[in-house]
Amino acid sequence: MPITMKELALEFDKKNPGITQGHRLCPGCGAPITAKFVLMVAKHLGYDPLVGVATGCLEVSTTIYPYTAWSIPYIHNAFENISATVSGVETASRALKKWGKIPQDKRHAFIAFGGDGGTYDIGLQSLSGAVERGHNFLYVLYDNEGYMNTGNQRSGSTPPGAQTTTAPVGKVIPGKPQLKKNIVEIIAAHENVYAATVSLSDPVDFFNKVEKGLNFQGPAFLAAMSPCVRFWRVPESDTVKIARLAVESNYWPLYEVEKGVYRVTRKPKSFKPVEEFLKSQGRFRPLLSRPDADKIVGELQAYVDARWERLLALEEATKDKPIRK
Amino acid sequence: MVTVAEKMRAKQALTGAEAVAHAMRQIEPHVVAAYPITPQTPIVEYFAQFVADGLVKTEMIPVESEHSAMSAVVGAAASGARAMTATSANGLALMHEVVYITASMRLPVVMPVVNRALSGPINIHCDHSDSMAERDSGWIQLYAENNQEAYELTILAVRLAESEEVRLPVMVCLDGFILSHGVEPLEIYPDDQVKNFVGEVKPYYPLLDTSHPVTYGPIDLYDYYFEHKRQQIEGMKGAKRLFPAIAQEFEKAFGKRYDFVERYRTDDADCVIVALGSTNSTIKYAVDWMREEGQKVGLLKLWTFRPFPKEEIRKALDGKKAVVVLDRAASFGAEAPLYEAVKSSLYNAAHRPAMGSYIYGLGGRDIRPEDIRKAADDALKGELNADEQMYLGLRE
Repeated sequence: MPITMKELALEFDKKNPGITQGHRLCPGCGAPITAKFVLMVAKHLGYDPLVGVATGCLEVSTTIYPYTAWSIPYIHNAFENISATVSGVETASRALKKWGKIPQDKRHAFIAFGGDGGTYDIGLQSLSGAVERGHNFLYVLYDNEGYMNTGNQRSGSTPPGAQTTTAPVGKVIPGKPQLKKNIVEIIAAHENVYAATVSLSDPVDFFNKVEKGLNFQGPAFLAAMSPCVRFWRVPESDTVKIARLAVESNYWPLYEVEKGVYRVTRKPKSFKPVEEFLKSQGRFRPLLSRPDADKIVGELQAYVDARWERLLALEEATKDKPIRK
Repeated sequence: MVTVAEKMRAKQALTGAEAVAHAMRQIEPHVVAAYPITPQTPIVEYFAQFVADGLVKTEMIPVESEHSAMSAVVGAAASGARAMTATSANGLALMHEVVYITASMRLPVVMPVVNRALSGPINIHCDHSDSMAERDSGWIQLYAENNQEAYELTILAVRLAESEEVRLPVMVCLDGFILSHGVEPLEIYPDDQVKNFVGEVKPYYPLLDTSHPVTYGPIDLYDYYFEHKRQQIEGMKGAKRLFPAIAQEFEKAFGKRYDFVERYRTDDADCVIVALGSTNSTIKYAVDWMREEGQKVGLLKLWTFRPFPKEEIRKALDGKKAVVVLDRAASFGAEAPLYEAVKSSLYNAAHRPAMGSYIYGLGGRDIRPEDIRKAADDALKGELNADEQMYLGLRE
């Protein structure tokens, strides 16, 4: 049963989703909203959540010793290994149940949070290993398209032309030439997995996918469009607005893949041009002021269109045909 | 009373890897995470078979790298489980980052380390470069002379690691191939005796206790980090304090006496050789040989390298004419690691011996009794130079 807004409002009213106020993330940061969305649903469903967080904004800003913003069990290990770490926690819970040290009916939810650096790049091996082994955990990527904690360096998730310190738009080179890596496809290719995109702008879709991910028997993965107001150069009040533009321009299509079966969860009649998404953010200003801007934006638009067509075709082709039982 | 014949019967011919796997079977940790290559050893293969055959309830995590092995072990140990892994050489180097994190989280993990040379060039054979690279990681390091010791030290290590005064991880080091793949007769103690000795792990602040939520691994800046490192130093001092008591309990349970050091014919020795690991057996042979010829030579074997038994070494070596330290690792641009530490322990000795540093056996190069005699002969002839690096079994 999908969660109703009323039920979630009641959960929200309890003011204890697991991450509390007092953390030092930037005003308008998408990461704590992502974490709250996930944990509220977990708590609402009766799970006892435990979180692991990869090194990054969400980690450094919530646990500055001797303070912690987490009212639920929390572990941070290093940058690239949160999936392996959480797989250790999840396995320990199974072992300790076997030994009778933990009640059999205890419903833990093992949730890993990582930014795009810790997910697309340095943490990909650890994530792939944990998904392949089939640990029962939910991995939540808060995707802000760069190494924002360390001051905006390029990641495998940074879109072409976005201004970063390690792939800056220069006189000769127009910034990062590569498209974003398709992380959902990579995770979905592990087959025995639930993988989906979510956006802060579409909470009901987000909550439903958290519920599906938590209830899925095995690993689940959510990629959350989670704008960074600081380095996307947008006003602090515009986080959700920018996330909405990402969805409305089809820059960030909302879909899910469950054991190989694709389902597009938002299918509007038309999309806004991707340029509108780009123009809303200061990080694309150096690119857009270049004489070859139209060419680069056009290539991105063509990619977005092609990806959408492919997605619809995959939905059609995989309907009712799960690749794993 | 157990007769010698019964004792002999109880002995089995096992490789070091098998012996350690049996210790793990008897310890029966809740979780074992391991990766088989870069390079692993048969330890985890034997253990996986024990799991597959239902001899242990342990949950195994067949991770995709040693980095993830150590990471998963951190997650499991922080959860309140007894967690183990095993590794070797490059695998240990790949873990390096998390090796430090394990110690700083004060997680009592026991890890057998099969000592093999670090790349490059890629080698696979025995030396101590892998564990010496983790010397300052905050782990306790024990070194085994033979398979029996590798088995016993693994069992003893659990108690040491999990003691409240210590709460530090332990590496049980055994020489690659020489012990890990070499077959020796050894005694495996009854399962219930080992289980009794190791007892149950007492979790401190387990993550899985959701009614008492804790934060593991916060960011710890200049205002507290230093104090936390000081606490780790205290933990290591705790290991130094507690080791004799645990060794005594071990002796009571199994009849084998452990200490920081083993003194072999040192009392009247003019020259004492100091070493780690399996080479100690060869040194004992060389010592007996030289003794037969009337030369007063002895051996000081170290069981513990971290904590480093400075006082015990000083006590054993103060007033000796000469001390020869054999290192199976180099520290490029500085003195070899064991030599440096032994030399420094003698700074406050009343009568400092002459000292010599010999590097031997890198990348699995054999060391023969003749090589050891060569070092001892140098010492007895008064030809040691404390500042000169010497080598055994090397083509120059």
